[in-house]
Parts: sequence; C-alpha cells; structure tokens
Amino acid sequence: MKRHASPSGMDGMNRRTFLIATAGTGLVLAVGDAHAEAEGEAAAWQANAFVAIGPDGRVTVTVKHLEMGQGVATGLPVLVAEELEVDPAQVAVEFAPADAGRYNNLFWGPSQGTGGSTATANSWEQLRLAGAAAREMLVAAAARILQADVGSLTAINGGVIHQPSGRRLAYGDLVAAAAKLTPPAAPKLKSPAEFRLIGRNGVKRTDSRVKSDGTAQFGGDVRLPGMVTALVARPPVWGARIESHDRRAALAVPGVVAVIPVSSGIAVAANTFWAASQGREALKARWTEPAERVSTEALRAAWTALLDKPGSTAAARGDADLALGQGTQRLAATYELPYLAHAPMEPLNCVVRLSPGKCEIWAGCQFQTHDQALAAKAAGLKPAQVEIHTMLAGGSFGRRANPTSDYIVEGVEVAKAVNAPVRLMWTREDDIAGGYYRPMALHGFEASLDERGLPLAWRHRIVCQSILDGGPFAAMVKNGIDPVSVEGAANLPYAIPHLAVDLHSPKVPVPVLWWRSVGSSHTAFATECFLDELAQAGSQDPLELRRALLADRPRHLGVLELAAAKGGWGNPLPPGRGRGLAVHESFHSFVAQVVEVTVGPKGEIKVDRVVCAVDCGMAVTPDVVRAQMEGGIAFALSAALFGEVTLKDGRAEQSNFHDYRCLRIDEMPVVEVHIVPSAAAPTGVGEPGVPPLAPALANAIFAATGKRIRKLPIGDRVTV
Amino acid sequence: MFSLIVNGERHKVDAQPDTPLLWVLRDQLGMNAVRYGCGQGLCGACSVLVDGEPARACQMPVSEINGRRIVTLSGLNDSVSAQLRAAWIELDVPQCGYCQSGQLVSANALLRRNPKPSDGDIDTAMSGNLCRCGTYQRIRAAIHLAARRLRGGS
Repeated sequence: MKRHASPSGMDGMNRRTFLIATAGTGLVLAVGDAHAEAEGEAAAWQANAFVAIGPDGRVTVTVKHLEMGQGVATGLPVLVAEELEVDPAQVAVEFAPADAGRYNNLFWGPSQGTGGSTATANSWEQLRLAGAAAREMLVAAAARILQADVGSLTAINGGVIHQPSGRRLAYGDLVAAAAKLTPPAAPKLKSPAEFRLIGRNGVKRTDSRVKSDGTAQFGGDVRLPGMVTALVARPPVWGARIESHDRRAALAVPGVVAVIPVSSGIAVAANTFWAASQGREALKARWTEPAERVSTEALRAAWTALLDKPGSTAAARGDADLALGQGTQRLAATYELPYLAHAPMEPLNCVVRLSPGKCEIWAGCQFQTHDQALAAKAAGLKPAQVEIHTMLAGGSFGRRANPTSDYIVEGVEVAKAVNAPVRLMWTREDDIAGGYYRPMALHGFEASLDERGLPLAWRHRIVCQSILDGGPFAAMVKNGIDPVSVEGAANLPYAIPHLAVDLHSPKVPVPVLWWRSVGSSHTAFATECFLDELAQAGSQDPLELRRALLADRPRHLGVLELAAAKGGWGNPLPPGRGRGLAVHESFHSFVAQVVEVTVGPKGEIKVDRVVCAVDCGMAVTPDVVRAQMEGGIAFALSAALFGEVTLKDGRAEQSNFHDYRCLRIDEMPVVEVHIVPSAAAPTGVGEPGVPPLAPALANAIFAATGKRIRKLPIGDRVTV
Repeated sequence: MFSLIVNGERHKVDAQPDTPLLWVLRDQLGMNAVRYGCGQGLCGACSVLVDGEPARACQMPVSEINGRRIVTLSGLNDSVSAQLRAAWIELDVPQCGYCQSGQLVSANALLRRNPKPSDGDIDTAMSGNLCRCGTYQRIRAAIHLAARRLRGGS
C-alpha cells in the first residue's frame, strides 16, 4: 500500500481507509495527494476538473473556493449533484489545489480566490455544466453497453436506468466506459422547474459532522515531522524599524531553535508554540519609530476639516448645490465609523515545507493564486512550484485575502532559514493590533426637502482611506475614486432628483482591507440613518418614504415589504422599545432588516429581534442562506455595539477580546430570515446580511428614545 | 515531567511548569479538538473538562493539573455528548466550526448539571464561548433539542 504523508495528523491511516471510514459524511479530511489512490486499486474517473467517480460509484466534487464557514463545501457540491443525479449526502468533497488554469474565480479572470460573495454566483453555470457533462457521458456509456438508444435511458440516483427493460447500471459500473468518451461540447442543463435539490430545504451541510466532533482540520492542525512553530515580533507602530533585540536571550529559552530576521520583523522558531512565545518575549525587541505617529483623534480632526472641501466626484445628477438652497428645509449630519479588526476565531497561521524545487503550504488560503505568486517569490521558486493545500479556515471575513499574503510570506521566509517545516502562527494580540483593518470613515451629508417633505437634494461627502490603492487591484481606482469606498453610496437607490457624492481618500500608514461587506459596511450605516433623519424632518414614516423613493426598484421594494410585513412594521410597541429598518443592496443581493430594540431606564440597549428579508436570486441551499443572514447580523451587531480599533501614538490601543469586544450569546437577538422566491441567477450571501443591521439598529434606538446615533460603536448604553 | 490523565489515558509530558495545558494538549499530545483563540481565557475555544468542570486550557499551567483528569471534546462519550453532537448536526449549527469544540464542551457541562436549562441558563453557561460566525441562535436551539431528547422527548 502506498502511504501518504500524514500532515492531517492521521498517522498510520492512509487516505483510502479514511474515505471509507467517513463514507457518506461529506467533507473529506485527508489533505495531500487529493486524487492519489492506493496501489492496486482501480483509479477513479476524473470526468472533469470538478467531478471524479470511482469504480465503487463514489462521487468526489472538487471545491475551488475556501470554506470559511459560508457554506461553499455544501452549496457548490449541490450544483454538481443536481445535474449529475446523485444524492449530495453521498458526495465526498475535496478542496482544489492552487491552479488558476482550472480553478480560477470566473469573475476575477485568471485568478483563484474567494471573496466579494462570488463563490456560488461564479460557479452557478460552471458546476452544473460539470455535473451535466459527466451525466451525459455516463448515459452514453450505458447506451453503448446496453446497445440502447440514449433516449431510452434515464440517469437517476447514481445510476442509469433503461426504461423499457427496467435494467439499471450503477455509475461505478459505467466509469470505465465513460472514461473513453469525449466530453460533450454543450451539456444540456435542467430547467429550474426540474430542480430537485437546488432551492429545496433539507440539504445538510457537508461539514457539520467534522465540526461537531472535533476532527475538522484547520491549518494549525497540520503536523509534519521535524516541524517547528514560529512567531514573529512585528513593529508596534506601522513603519517602525528594528533597532535592537536580544537574540541570545531568546535562544536561551528552552525549546527555541532559531531567531531569524524576516521582512516583517524578527521571527522566533521553537519546538512548541509556548516556547516560541516565551522566546519572542525574551527578544525584548526595540524599534525605531517613525516621526509621524497616527492617532484616531488626529485623523478625526483632519478628516472633519476635509468634509468642508470638495473631493473627487463619485456620482452626480441634477444640480445638488443649487437644489440644496431651494427646498423648504435643509438638513446636515455627520457620521463616523471606526477601524475594525476581522478577528476570525482562528488566528492566522500556515504550515510551510520547502524541498528542492518545491514549496508546500497548508493554510486557509483565500487568494490562492496571489498567495502562490508571493510565496514563490519569497521561496525563490516559480509559482507552479508552490503547492497549496487549502484547509478549512476558522473564519476570515476578508482577512486572509490580503495584498501582501503577509502570514504566508512570513512562513516561507522562516522555512527558508530553518531548514525544517514551519508552522507560522499569529497570536490574537498580533491579529487585533496587526492592521489590515476595515478603514475608519467619516460621512458628511447635506440635504434639502421639498414642500411635500420629500428629499430634493442629497450631497454626500465621504472621507475614507482607500483599500485598493497601492495593492493588486489599484487599477480599479479611477479619477480619484476607489469604487469600494463609495459602493452603496454612489449608487444610492433612492429617486432623489439632485444628487452629489464625492470622496476624499487620505493616506494613512495603517494597512486597510475588505471586511465583510467592504464599503457597504460603512456606507449603508450613513445613508440609511440619514434617510431616516430626512423622513423624520419631512414627517414621513421611514417605510413610506422608502417606498416612495424606491418605486422603480422592485428588488429593493420586495425585501423592504417582506421585512416590514414579517417584522410587524407599524404595530405599536410599549414605551422604551423601538423598531427601525434599513434596506441595502450589496454584491448584487438585496437585504432589508427590521430591528426591535429595548432601551432601559439607564439607556441600556437590548436588541430583541431582527427580521431579515433577502433576495439573492435563487437560494441554492436555503438553510445556508439563512445561516449567512443570521451570522452576518451577529457580525454586524458585534461591530455596531462594540467594534472599534482606536489608534494612539501610532499603535492600536486594543489587543484581545477584553478590549476588542465581540458579541456573546446573551447579546444575540432572535433572528428571523425570510427569503424572497426568485428565478434569477444566484448572487452573494456571505456579506449582504451585514450592511442593513447597524442603520436599522440606530433607527430603532431613535424610535425608542428620540436620540440619533451618528457614531459607531454605540456601546452598551445610550445617554437618554 | 508531569502526569496527565487525558480522555482516560495517562500521559507523561516534559514541559516547562508554566506551559498552559492548551499547548501541552495541542503541541505535545496532538489533540486538535482543543483550539487556540485568544490565550487569555476570553473566548472559550480551548474549553476542556478538568475533573468534570469546564475550564479554559489556555489559563491552566501544566504544573497545576498534575494528576487531574482532563477530558476534551474527543473524549466525551456519554449520552449527553451524543445528543448534543446529534443536535448540532441536525440543526447545522457550525459555520467555520473553529469555536464549536469549545461550545460543545461547555454545553456538555451545562446539560449534565442542568437537564432542563432555560434561555437564561444557556446564556450564563455559554457566554464565555465566543463565535464570530454568529451561530448563537442555533447553539441555543441545539442545546434545547438535546436536552429534550435526553429527557425522553423528541
């Protein structure tokens, strides 16, 4: 029997054995040679890049996207199983190797990666075609074997049935013959009316079992013979340089094997995490700090001044300047949102093994092609020589997809220096204080209302550090506009006759990054709160005003009406309670939420209930959609109430969950999710649940107390 | 050398006395179900049972647990853990899954102590376990479901 390397920790158990042991449980845990088979066994038929079928009939679906909790290891195999006519519960799931030729994100050109809530949308046709192609080849193989007409054969439940005779050939019996056939040029896809899996309830996650019995494998669980664990001492202030460190003291810590300068700081490698962390302490690294040390307070002052100056134009219609002076009422407000850390439960880590001409990486990679290129550069290899084993990720929310592949490059740099496999780890403190934050943002508004109380002019000025500038997507920044700084604002859906949106993108030496829902994480808060202010000023019900301004936006209206109806909009609430709503489009999906809040006598905030309506096109796996809305709401509520990284003297003031507070179970509201039936192609669900929550909550607090919330986070209480 | 009884098996480990139990379990005994999330006892990802009581493995120096009985999620094999696991799978509780071993250990300790917990009891017992994916609503439902089944309901 051929033995496989056992980075999965399953020493003494080869992959074949393991597959059998977990047959029917979905997610395959084995990592390494994904398609290798033990000697002496007949090989599986690799029908195409995504579908393999063994002579035993076992179907394996290759998932090209990172599973970080959002459910791709469930939803994507369903697309294949639908067309292939197999039971998704019997499908094994494997993660694709890094290979942009076969596994690129079709929305990103020649690049493999996961983000922008694109996994289902870009795979929608690709995976159904992969399943349909395999099915047509199996049917054609059956036709040959039975010498029957293809029209007399039906593929169903893992086999092909000859209708006239009732004879059935299982897929496993057909793979040898199917393997000799030419794949069809244009496989025929089912019509939505024929779907028996897509859009149906009852499809279970493929990864619940391994995530409920402790056997799920994340990057940090990989163990290789001789592996060392490394931590990096990084500068506490962005732009600082190492001045001195006590190498000898670190090496004197039992278990520490090496102290290595890397491009981000000084790495300490040791036999265990604990020894590495003690060694890093002992380094007593001192840093030469730059003269300019940024603080939140200074940024607020400088950016507030920018709100008075025109920025680059992001959107314009009518004549907002003129119309601002023409209404019967004129309003202004400023909103502020802080830097935010992603804080996934699994801090960043990777395992790297270098051998001549080869670099292997085990990690929850989100940007495989980019990580591959930067790892290759660090290793002195070609990208094709870098093999990435994409592991389950313990959350990401965007953090793992970053322009410098920071943690991957660190792992490769240490591996080069120590001549041993390396597990590179970030601590929680490294994570919270380490940058790549959701940018801080200021939003300044001016608006005028006409005599009916309807908005006449809307001027929106945004001050927000650019995420795309200077990174791999810098070419998307045009005419001074980073599109992700203004998404959700420049495309404001409301029919307001005069509109102007402009942007300042000040440079700050703090790395920023997409954070679940990206620009919409701040633009939705600002726009949906300010619209509520206009409703109040114009004596309009917030729902009625939105209805009036969204008359030609059927999908916005659809979720708005559904959330309002299910959320009991307009039903009276006792004193101290309030209801607020918000609607927002992001990643081509539409979400409305109604939040109910109780504000206690001392201003204590309790979020009681969130009713959410989502239109994401066809919901491939409805329960995964519900879970993403529930999760997006919890993530957004965490940020709205508590999330904040503040800067002082160039450093983050927060370091762990005691001062970067995250939502706990006792703070979780009841969440109800309603999905708008749709025949449109599926769009994203990972991110769109986030944006409406904060404004709906702020609007609910206003309804309960009369106090406007214009700055996040809100905290435990409001002053009443 | 320290002597630990983990999941019923005795282990001798050579470690610095201040080494947290978490890293002895993960790095020296290869027990991946115990997870690192914060290292400060703030998130509960490393929850284990020590002499039957829930504890944060990242906050317990190995020197203080010499000879005590440690149980990780992988070592839980009572009817409570079986019903909790079944409920977790039935309701598809996990998303990323990283915190769930700790959640299940805390839920196990809760149900062994309190077979019919209220929402408030669940909040109290589970509020030390963070989940950034926001699976709390399903965790609560799964605990109620497991409790009902353990009491003979369906």
